[in-house]
Amino acid sequence: MTLPLFLFSVLAVVAVAGAVSLILQRHPIHSALSLIVVMVALAGLYLLLGAEFIAAVQVIVYGGAIMVLFVFVIMLLNAGEEERTDFSRMARWAGLPLAAVFLVEVAYGVARAASRLPTAAQAPVSTRELAELLFRDYVFPFELTSFLILVAVLGAIVLARREDSD
Amino acid sequence: MVPVSYYLALSGVLFGLGMIAFVFKRNIITVFMSIELMLNAVNLAFVAFSRALGQLQGQVFVFFVIVVAAAEAAVGLGIILVIARNRQTLNVERVDSLKH
Repeated sequence: MTLPLFLFSVLAVVAVAGAVSLILQRHPIHSALSLIVVMVALAGLYLLLGAEFIAAVQVIVYGGAIMVLFVFVIMLLNAGEEERTDFSRMARWAGLPLAAVFLVEVAYGVARAASRLPTAAQAPVSTRELAELLFRDYVFPFELTSFLILVAVLGAIVLARREDSD
Repeated sequence: MVPVSYYLALSGVLFGLGMIAFVFKRNIITVFMSIELMLNAVNLAFVAFSRALGQLQGQVFVFFVIVVAAAEAAVGLGIILVIARNRQTLNVERVDSLKH
């Protein structure tokens, strides 16, 4: 077992364990922490794939901003544990196993179809190349996303504002 | 080297788990987090393909997906705040009609 394969296995197991933990945990804060584990594992996988900038952006933006926002909202809303209403019998005995079978089948089908793709052995991508692509060919979507973020900030402020008489 | 198909299989598994969480969970914040999990799975597929095909467009698209997910999380959590304030519940099964 080579080192990249070993690292991939460890990170993949951690990511899947985090995702399963997100489903199984009852309190939303535990689900949020599990999702943070998944995101950090994915950042490690991006590093394995040579995408260093994307790995850093994943940790900083996803883990450091979006998930922090989730944790703040969970704390603000005082979200408690989920109520314990059982699934219908059909959902528990037929739905969940069938969902798992579907999942495995999709993963297997995707993996088998993609096994013909070559694994290009390249050096890690430099941020300069990514920046050149982003700011030359894709500069218009980049400016559009800045406008999108502005609209999102406006929307969040308007939505979270309290109704007081001005 | 790790074959690209391994990464794609992992991406499919994570996406399926996010879908399962989206359907079965009852807390509205957890449902929203499962959407983020699905977006992350798609990002992994993009980066894997970018590596396999030797192009950088995959990573550029991941960049845009992360930005759009951040904007979506901000607005979506604002909506969740308003819903929690008006309905006093975080249970999606109780927020099933527009009329309060």
